[in-house]
Amino acid sequence: MKTTNTAVREPLFHVVKRDAMPLWKSMLIRVIAVVAALLFCALLSVLLVHANPFEFIETMFKGSFGSSRRLWRFAKDAAVLLCISLAITPAFRMRFWNIGAEGQTLIGALSAVAVMIYLGDKVSNGVLLVLMFAASVTVGAIWGCIPAVFKAKWNTNETLFTLMMNYVATGLVAYFLLLWTPSGSSVLGELQVGHLPTVGHNYLLLILAVLVLTALLYIYLQYTKQGYEISVVGESENTARYIGINVNRVIIRTMLISGAICGVAGFLIVGALDHSIAETTVGGMGFTAIMVSWMAKFNPLVMIGTSAFVTFLEQGAAQVSTNFDIDSSFPSMVVGIVLFFIIGCEFFIGYKLKFRQTAKNGGES
Amino acid sequence: MNNQVALELNKVSKYFGSLAANKDVDLTVYRGEILSILGENGCGKTTLMNMIAGIYYPDHGTISVNGQEVVIRSPKDAFRHGIGMIHQHFKLVDLFTAAENIVLGAKGDKRYNLKDVNRRVEEIANKYGFHVDPKKKIYEMSVSEKQTVEILKVLYRGADILILDEPSAVLTPQETDRLFDILRRMREDGKSILIITHKLHEVMSISDRVAVLRKGEHIATVETASTSPAELTEMMVGKKVELNIDRPEPKNVSDRLEVKGLSLVNTDGIKVLDDITFTARSGEILGIAGIAGSGQKELLESIAGLQHPAQGEIVYHNPKTGTSENLRDKDPVSIRELGVRLSFVPEDRLGMGLVGNMDIIDNMMLRSYRKGHSMFVDRKKPKDLANKIVEELEVATTSTHTPVRRLSGGNVQKVLVGREIASSPTVLMAAYPVRGLDINSSYTIYGLLTKQKESGTAVIFVGEDLDVLVEICDRILVICAGRVTGILDARTTTKEEIGLLMTKTERDTETDPDMKEASR
Repeated sequence: MKTTNTAVREPLFHVVKRDAMPLWKSMLIRVIAVVAALLFCALLSVLLVHANPFEFIETMFKGSFGSSRRLWRFAKDAAVLLCISLAITPAFRMRFWNIGAEGQTLIGALSAVAVMIYLGDKVSNGVLLVLMFAASVTVGAIWGCIPAVFKAKWNTNETLFTLMMNYVATGLVAYFLLLWTPSGSSVLGELQVGHLPTVGHNYLLLILAVLVLTALLYIYLQYTKQGYEISVVGESENTARYIGINVNRVIIRTMLISGAICGVAGFLIVGALDHSIAETTVGGMGFTAIMVSWMAKFNPLVMIGTSAFVTFLEQGAAQVSTNFDIDSSFPSMVVGIVLFFIIGCEFFIGYKLKFRQTAKNGGES
Repeated sequence: MNNQVALELNKVSKYFGSLAANKDVDLTVYRGEILSILGENGCGKTTLMNMIAGIYYPDHGTISVNGQEVVIRSPKDAFRHGIGMIHQHFKLVDLFTAAENIVLGAKGDKRYNLKDVNRRVEEIANKYGFHVDPKKKIYEMSVSEKQTVEILKVLYRGADILILDEPSAVLTPQETDRLFDILRRMREDGKSILIITHKLHEVMSISDRVAVLRKGEHIATVETASTSPAELTEMMVGKKVELNIDRPEPKNVSDRLEVKGLSLVNTDGIKVLDDITFTARSGEILGIAGIAGSGQKELLESIAGLQHPAQGEIVYHNPKTGTSENLRDKDPVSIRELGVRLSFVPEDRLGMGLVGNMDIIDNMMLRSYRKGHSMFVDRKKPKDLANKIVEELEVATTSTHTPVRRLSGGNVQKVLVGREIASSPTVLMAAYPVRGLDINSSYTIYGLLTKQKESGTAVIFVGEDLDVLVEICDRILVICAGRVTGILDARTTTKEEIGLLMTKTERDTETDPDMKEASR
């Protein structure tokens, strides 16, 4: 027999699966990952623009919590992001990879604006708001359910389909903007009708509405028969068929709900914030929402935390890039780095490295 | 057997988390011997073999080949040291020929020359008495032929130590005998063979020595000639086990479920069920025997309303109302609505019968959550049922909130069977209900099935262990390539008779149009 090397050498390390870790320990690892990521970002800013790393961290926090105005803005942005994250969650629980929240929200917003433009001077503000809401929810639901019907009937790939629908939605918005702006500027000014009433603060109603929606969705997913069916279909379609769940019906029904909540988000953006629409109204939140929902393991209550966290990162990094005069793509880099650390740390929660025992550093994390 | 040591394990351990899959295992394998590795499921047989074959790396301990300590980090390393493993699930490319599969990934000294390979494969085959055509494509092969290719693949790479993971699980008794002849010839040629199995009669007939593992630890290695099945079982389980199955005479027998001329074509256009006709009777256990994949799964799924047969009838005679209903083309919900209490323990427990990530309570709810008009689920009754099953069937779990995937195979099955019999079914279908279960759990399940039979249920039991089938069933239906090849009285038939029927059409295929259709 060929023997290549007589010296027996154990590999430097090998990967070993861990037991289920207690919650506090896994949370600690995640916190450490976030801190490490922020330090890494600080270091990066030192290297790029010779910034003071302490100032970097401070600015990060100031970006979201520096003043009461920033705090409200932070809460508002987190709420909108949370709303869209809630929307995709029923679909994701069903393992229906809906990455079309961007388009579903945008089309919901477009419907609200259309109602404002065509009926704004014909009905009272209260009725107008109800009609806007109805239009947003209905059109959002239809938009979300189209890929579901195709999936149910012809087993099309929902990821590609929902993605494509985003572009169709953007195209429709562009078309209507041309139609609605006689000058051809495609910039629609703020409309003076269909504003949601102000309760306390400008953003308070929006934030409360989203929190109520969070609670409702949590109850729906956790305690209703339909929510239970969604979980069963998501875990195993075979099991669902085995107990007689009509899988296609659940898929379509769930996407109707998913799209409808996107419609709500679109309505809130138009009715409470923008009072107008542009192709960039949703601004990529439909995709950020995927991350928010995923990090919360599809639990609506946890999503309050994850949406706040992602918003904090984005606004903090935006503040940094303003204050330190770094390129405007810096916020995306920060978010990317932090997420890389968070996702990476999941490996250490599930596995550990076992180093060669003869080596001095027999340390196991 | 001579006394040259081929392979030696010294205090080998492997941990998964805090669970010791193997703990300080010492094992010696000589040249020219067949060593059986015996143990219950989950005792660490496969983990141990995987370490020898380079799939896992041991946490502690050393492995020596031919007296020299070696490091096996990958299957490639294993081959370098002459170790080859034949896995339970074949790893072959369907569209390639036998020879192409055999040469795939093997390091040749010369240029790739298929003629040369064909010749060498035939040489090896002749040497040990394999029947194989190197030019035949894998997708045209039967399961036993595929297994032959896997073995040849290992021999072609020059393996002297062969590991076979439950090789007989997919074979008929006749094919198993043929395989064992080949293994004996290899032994004479000086090869060392490790064979994982939990069929005791095979252990007794093939091996020179038996190594028994229990809970990851090596209990003993004994000479086969000086031991008995009872002694081996005791070593495996750790205590004396009564291996008798009670078979009471059927009482109040009446026709419960009549299947008439049932045919099913699957999505690939292949006829998987062909004119199946039989009757399941109350108070009886009807066994279904056949090689894996002969249509057992499709048959049960058709009855349960999960498949839609092209032809035939499934007639249910309701013992309460005296009426008869055709269940064909009905889905599981409408079958229930007809008042048919049909329970089904599917083969794929966590993929079909249960949801692995849900806890025991939520899994109980699968059958009952629809009840009532409220839009909210009621978790109270499922919780009571879960507690009852955990208690009565002695399910080992910390609480009813444990996700079922964390339970061991035996406990998963108890949860599933427990739920299915909780609705006091009139028909109970169970597909491979003891697969992967330890001996004690298996006998618990046999007991439950027999109890159902005594309470007047028509039990349909798809099994793979013919020894068990002839002991527990009243009648046995044999199925081969989607056709019924015989219905036997279990009290008078023999394993050999069943084995012949299991492969019956394979011999009469010349003029059989269905087989042509199947291979198209």
